[in-house]
Amino acid sequence: MTTATHTHDHDHAEAPARPKLAVWKFASCDGCQLSLLNCEDELLSIAEAVHIAYFPEATRAVVEGPYELSLVEGSITTPEDVKRIHEIRAQSGTLVTIGACATAGGIQALRNWADVDEFRSIVYAHPEYLSTLDTSTPIASHVDVDYELRGCPVDKAQLIEVLAAFLNGRKPRIPSYSVCVECKLKGNVCVPVATGTPCLGPVTQAGCGALCPSYGRGCYGCFGPQDSANTDALTRQLTELGMPDADIVRVYRTFNAGSPEFAAASDKVASRTTEGGTR
Amino acid sequence: MTHQLKDGGQVLNVGMLARVEGEGGMHIEIRDRQVVDVKLNIFEPPRFYEGFLRGRKYTEPPDITARICGICPVAYQSASTEAMETICGVTTTPEIQDMRRLLYCGEWIESHSLHVFMLHAPDFLGYESVLEMAKDHPDVVKMALRLKKCGNDLMELVGGRAIHPVNVKVGGFYRMPTVTELERLRPALEQGLEDALAAVALVATFDFPEMEQDYTYVSLRHPDWYPLERGTEVVATSGVRFPVAEIPRHVKEFHVEHSNALHAHFDGAPYFVGPLARYTLNFDQLSDRSKEAALRARLGVQCRNPFKSIIVRTVELAYAFEEALRIIDQWQDGHAPSVPVAPVAGEGVGASEAPRGLIWHRYRIDADGVIEDAQIVPPTSQNQASIEADLRLAAEQWVDLDDHSLTHRCEEAIRNYDPCISCATHFLDLRVTRS
Repeated sequence: MTTATHTHDHDHAEAPARPKLAVWKFASCDGCQLSLLNCEDELLSIAEAVHIAYFPEATRAVVEGPYELSLVEGSITTPEDVKRIHEIRAQSGTLVTIGACATAGGIQALRNWADVDEFRSIVYAHPEYLSTLDTSTPIASHVDVDYELRGCPVDKAQLIEVLAAFLNGRKPRIPSYSVCVECKLKGNVCVPVATGTPCLGPVTQAGCGALCPSYGRGCYGCFGPQDSANTDALTRQLTELGMPDADIVRVYRTFNAGSPEFAAASDKVASRTTEGGTR
Repeated sequence: MTHQLKDGGQVLNVGMLARVEGEGGMHIEIRDRQVVDVKLNIFEPPRFYEGFLRGRKYTEPPDITARICGICPVAYQSASTEAMETICGVTTTPEIQDMRRLLYCGEWIESHSLHVFMLHAPDFLGYESVLEMAKDHPDVVKMALRLKKCGNDLMELVGGRAIHPVNVKVGGFYRMPTVTELERLRPALEQGLEDALAAVALVATFDFPEMEQDYTYVSLRHPDWYPLERGTEVVATSGVRFPVAEIPRHVKEFHVEHSNALHAHFDGAPYFVGPLARYTLNFDQLSDRSKEAALRARLGVQCRNPFKSIIVRTVELAYAFEEALRIIDQWQDGHAPSVPVAPVAGEGVGASEAPRGLIWHRYRIDADGVIEDAQIVPPTSQNQASIEADLRLAAEQWVDLDDHSLTHRCEEAIRNYDPCISCATHFLDLRVTRS
């Protein structure tokens, strides 16, 4: 445990201290932490409400921990990062993981079904230079996490809600129902019913505002499984829509492939066929 | 931070390079005032995208490769859709191309505003971050946020989402935006053009360190316009030019021990991609207004000072606003959002100009559309050798600066590239060793 001591800043003794915020990155695309910088209308207010103490993408300034709030992006894919996440946990009051990589292992979790040695040699001429694990795992597989914010990427409004909830000492109000509810709220025509387009909406958590169906496309599962995902029923429906098993395996195995529900659903389809691979 | 070594040498150590996308480090060794070694260390965890793509369908790369980078997903989507359409022998409509260009304008606006004001300008104005800069220059920062929001709004309308757009597919789009929706963006885009022109004038007043390099610039080229979402050929300041399909014959990637991102050579030598290369090779294709703004900023028709890349980015920012307005002006409802693309066995290349420079993808697919092989070459990995050359020159040129200032100058030399280490891969640990 970190034992850094607090020293009071006498100049600001009257003002309540702003909580210190740190933003950390593991294997990821930067998109979820970019969501914070994309809050153009709110960024300056956020910077007044919290002390941005560690956020290398935005600032050279580094303020030592401990940090009242840590936002963690990315998945764990190297032996060094296993160690680093424990150090970060020890310095953090509240630790929130943001995005599909941090909450489910992200697209990097596809390696969980593959021969990583073969991948190394496909991409890199000298695989012996690399240090990497055979798996990509969510942060919660390694340390206690206080809240997981889903999405590939996370939704800006939901990110602000998490920050507001933290500042007010309450639980974030983030729905765990399915994308179907968002379609109904928006008055979208149901794409699988109307056009026979395969759609993961029934098993996927809301949060994007039913983006894909709003653009006439089937949901592809960016926010991971909803709280009572009936994947068996969806698999049956996808088969009825004429989707080959290999394609069904692929739609479950994208950015939330490592979530237990989607992983199990894809394994089940893969095991009933000779294609699709095994875990 | 300075460490005295027992042998009398010195180590300057900055834990992590800030205000770049992704994380990385560098190592500079100086002996007897001579720079003896320079390494840009990229040790971001390897991410095996080319491996994951094998066995996936030809329709999937726009969604999957977007996830390589949250800052420039459209660059990946454009290169991958073009590659697949080329392989399958499909040409899309002029309207689909226009909409792709409009989406790409959104990405340039968002990414260039982010880099110019939030990552790069604090170096010139002497701040640690844009948030600190906001205290003394609130109007500039408000303008920056307004500009950036404009890019995001454009991407959200055309792409459905600013990060990892959902509306892009092989063959075009799932849905075309309407005239009414596009017109709603007009006032902000018109304001954005004014702001961008003001930004060109503003950054031109910065103090620029004198440093020039004889880079081989490489960029896409299109007969009708400044290259964004595609080009017809690749051109270089060496005089070489060839069709996009031949890129793999000229560019060879190789793996060095100190980087998890592959290095690359162009015709056997290091090269430079990005705004400076685009500008120098395509100045004639800019709009009159952008050209004027550039010349008023005393940029000249060529630019070889990497610190001045911030001016070039603002010129491209203005150009992207002009292009967005031009496309919206002529847009009409009723165009088909996509053309059908049936799989054909074969191999092909797609390329576009990401905000940070040329990006290209090569795929081989079978007759069922299953991907057999994929190669993705982002700008930052191509630029690694040039970044190292700049670090060497900067360290030699400013060797008499104190450790703190030299360290900062070297960091700036890296930030000139707007490196996207997430794209290439991560972790910069800055070390300067002296003895």
